[in-house]
Amino acid sequence: MEEVDVEPAITVIPGVDSGQRHMGFVWGPGDILLYETQRKGTGSGEAGCPLIHVVRKDEDIYSPILRKLFNESHHIFVGLQQSKEETSSKTKRPQFVSVSKNYRSVIRACMEELQQVAVSTRDTALSTQYCSQVSILLAVELIWNLCEVLFIEAAPAGSLLLHLLDWVRLHKADVDEKAQEVLHSDSPTRHHKYWDVVICYVLQGRMDEARQMLAKQASQQPAARSMFKTLDSLMKKMPVFNPVGSQTLTEFDLKWRHWHEECELHLQDGSFSSNSNLETICKSSMDLFLDNRSAPEPLDSILLAAFEFDIHQVIKDCRLLYTHPSVKPTELHYYAQLWLQSERVPPLGICVRTVCTPQLAVDYFDHCPEFGRMYLELQIERVPLDTERKALKVLRICEQRQLAEQVRSICKIMAKKAVRNNRLGSALSWSIRAKDAAFATLISDRFLQDYCARGTFSDLDLIDNLGPAMLLSDRLTFLGKYREFHKLYGEKRFAEAAKLLLSLMTARIAPRSFWMTLLTDALPLLEQKQVIFSADQTYELMHCLEELMSGKTEPSEKRNVQEEDIETTKVELLRLALARNLAAAVVKEGTVDSL
Amino acid sequence: MEYINAKFVSQKISKTRWRPISSTSLQQPEVFATGSWDNEDNKVSIWSVAEQGMQDDYEGDPQLLCEYKHDGDVMDLQFLDQERIVTASSTGSVTIFRHYQNSQTLSVNQRWERAHYHSCDNAPCTGVVCNSPEIVTVGEDGRINLLRVDHKGIVRTIDNADSSTIHAVTFLRTTEILTVNSIGHLKMWDFRQQGNEPSQILSLTGDRVPLHCVDRHPNQQHIVATGGQDGMLCIWDVRQGNMPYSLMEAHSAENSSKGRLETTNMLPSQTMSVNSLDVLGQCLVCGTDGEAIYVTKQVPM
Repeated sequence: MEEVDVEPAITVIPGVDSGQRHMGFVWGPGDILLYETQRKGTGSGEAGCPLIHVVRKDEDIYSPILRKLFNESHHIFVGLQQSKEETSSKTKRPQFVSVSKNYRSVIRACMEELQQVAVSTRDTALSTQYCSQVSILLAVELIWNLCEVLFIEAAPAGSLLLHLLDWVRLHKADVDEKAQEVLHSDSPTRHHKYWDVVICYVLQGRMDEARQMLAKQASQQPAARSMFKTLDSLMKKMPVFNPVGSQTLTEFDLKWRHWHEECELHLQDGSFSSNSNLETICKSSMDLFLDNRSAPEPLDSILLAAFEFDIHQVIKDCRLLYTHPSVKPTELHYYAQLWLQSERVPPLGICVRTVCTPQLAVDYFDHCPEFGRMYLELQIERVPLDTERKALKVLRICEQRQLAEQVRSICKIMAKKAVRNNRLGSALSWSIRAKDAAFATLISDRFLQDYCARGTFSDLDLIDNLGPAMLLSDRLTFLGKYREFHKLYGEKRFAEAAKLLLSLMTARIAPRSFWMTLLTDALPLLEQKQVIFSADQTYELMHCLEELMSGKTEPSEKRNVQEEDIETTKVELLRLALARNLAAAVVKEGTVDSL
Repeated sequence: MEYINAKFVSQKISKTRWRPISSTSLQQPEVFATGSWDNEDNKVSIWSVAEQGMQDDYEGDPQLLCEYKHDGDVMDLQFLDQERIVTASSTGSVTIFRHYQNSQTLSVNQRWERAHYHSCDNAPCTGVVCNSPEIVTVGEDGRINLLRVDHKGIVRTIDNADSSTIHAVTFLRTTEILTVNSIGHLKMWDFRQQGNEPSQILSLTGDRVPLHCVDRHPNQQHIVATGGQDGMLCIWDVRQGNMPYSLMEAHSAENSSKGRLETTNMLPSQTMSVNSLDVLGQCLVCGTDGEAIYVTKQVPM
């Protein structure tokens, strides 16, 4: 993780006495929850502030125009990831260049829109905000362009120079405007921006235009003619690299050094000492970039780092400088770009606040090799699940990335919500999805309780069609089978129903607490005219009854006398029915069918 | 396949629908409505893609005509007629909006609050379908409601129609509807019958895959298609049997919605999930979670 060099800002929470008490906190999706607390073993026991504070950074992150920027950038980012695997290494570079240009055009489109809104809005505060966003984006584009030239396009030395010149010209486009202003004034040479224009031309390598401007000055100062002539000839002689020409790089380099030495010579022997402006021009011609007059701005340091091919430093400086949260996602796209094409950059730990939506963040986390998964897990847990549709989307993201813990957690939340609203069917289907046997058992118990209370099953469409999911938990299996018994009974398939009922008890699928109900269900089968339970089956039923009774020797205090009476009557009825059935069965089985 | 224009609209789009054109008109559809979801402020918006001139290729961006704040996520959206739109909300309410074309404004015409509800919480209304003047809605509470335009109360409710969430609904005939739920059932309901039982239940054997959308074949009334969570498209014949007669692998997730029986992949593969698509003739409009709308007027058939 990178260290931050600046002191973080301190925010005071009203109502919390930070001197005396401690604060606890927890992160939310876009904010922090804070509360007052006291660590164990310290401080007095008096009650503190009982409030929970929600702390949120106060800015307009959700500006619709910036959202478009994020979404379009994300679109490009994902496309880049996908195509990265597909293309060969040869076609990669031009592709990266075009993707980079794409990004920049998206940023520029956003800037234009922001500019339009800044101008048209009447709210001055809003207008200032928009303007500041525009200037940030402007700087971002500037840096990006430079990085594109240096790192992504990374042309060989000669062409690189031309690209850099292009970059300078593009981003200092106001020089033409200024020149027009100067030329159209009454006395161009005395215009306060005159020398600015000349130096700008020189910095951009536009020597001809610079010479033309200088010529005006020269004509006004006949005394210094020789000085102007020397400078003019120097400027004329500046070597220009022609990539398609026959000149090789080495030749160009030689020429450049030669010319550089000549300029140096002139400076040292004081050819321009009488005119500081001309001296500056000479120096500028050599250095092409550094302007020692003003203190280096933060932007300058970023650009310098870029020129030294130190990508790490560029990124670090960007992060520190552009702490405006709306810019952070743009940086991300930026980092992403840089990682991919120059694989020498080690993966950085990125702290992502989901500015827009968790879904955008997911794609970025996916490509963050070190900490991505961890961040994703933390983020996913904090997405509010208002509707089932949202829950399903989040679930899908988790399932695709094998975040099993989160899957279980989400399904559990949805299941509990359903149980609270008495939607048992829904709860059961969520438990099945999570393969949560414990919760499925709980819900099955609820179903069974409902049945005992009302005498009918609810949610038959679910229970009847469980399919293989029935095997998730024993209780669920019992529920399914029990319902099957009722169906068989309803279809008058008594023999099968009887067999099933018995197996529920003997195979120990039914919980002991339910045996009484099952035995009671057997009564109508026992009392049919035809013999349904065979003798063996009847013995088994009797055995079950005795097992049940022996387990009930301790009288329970909760039962009152009436309930005891009912119980006893039931048991007596059962015993009678079983005995009669046994008799009938024995007779039936002993009888030989005579035709 | 031509490149489809994307318009980024700063809101996640949950539903897009073309405004219906009269059957006699030969024009292509020009106006569509969108509903948003998962934003702090959700909206219903109307857009126009009217062409300038006689170009065959559609190149312009959709233009926003008007929009209106919507309480809760827009779970479903349908055009009742040329001027009115019905929306289903995640708060459980059903709203009719009216679009005034002269002034290009939207306003709320009628609302049924809490058409869908749980005992403790709100229940989202997940689907709405209309056959003017009747509207049928379904929700996470497993309820089916029959509403009538300009009728304040709910005409008929089938409580506990389903033990799990009903995801979508469509009309089979004027008095019959089909619903699909999250345990993989396709149920047919007949409003002429009293009582709260479906007239038919169809499902796949094997794993219960949640079904997310359902639609009827435009020409053959008994053919119905459903989209499942695993990306399977099932074609059913409701007259016979309770098994689908055809299964197709369509998408990799539950995020497809229905409009036709053939599926082809037309969007660039890096788009985020398509939440809704609507096809009218040869024109397709769809909305995504990447906060973009895609419109094309030349769908290959």
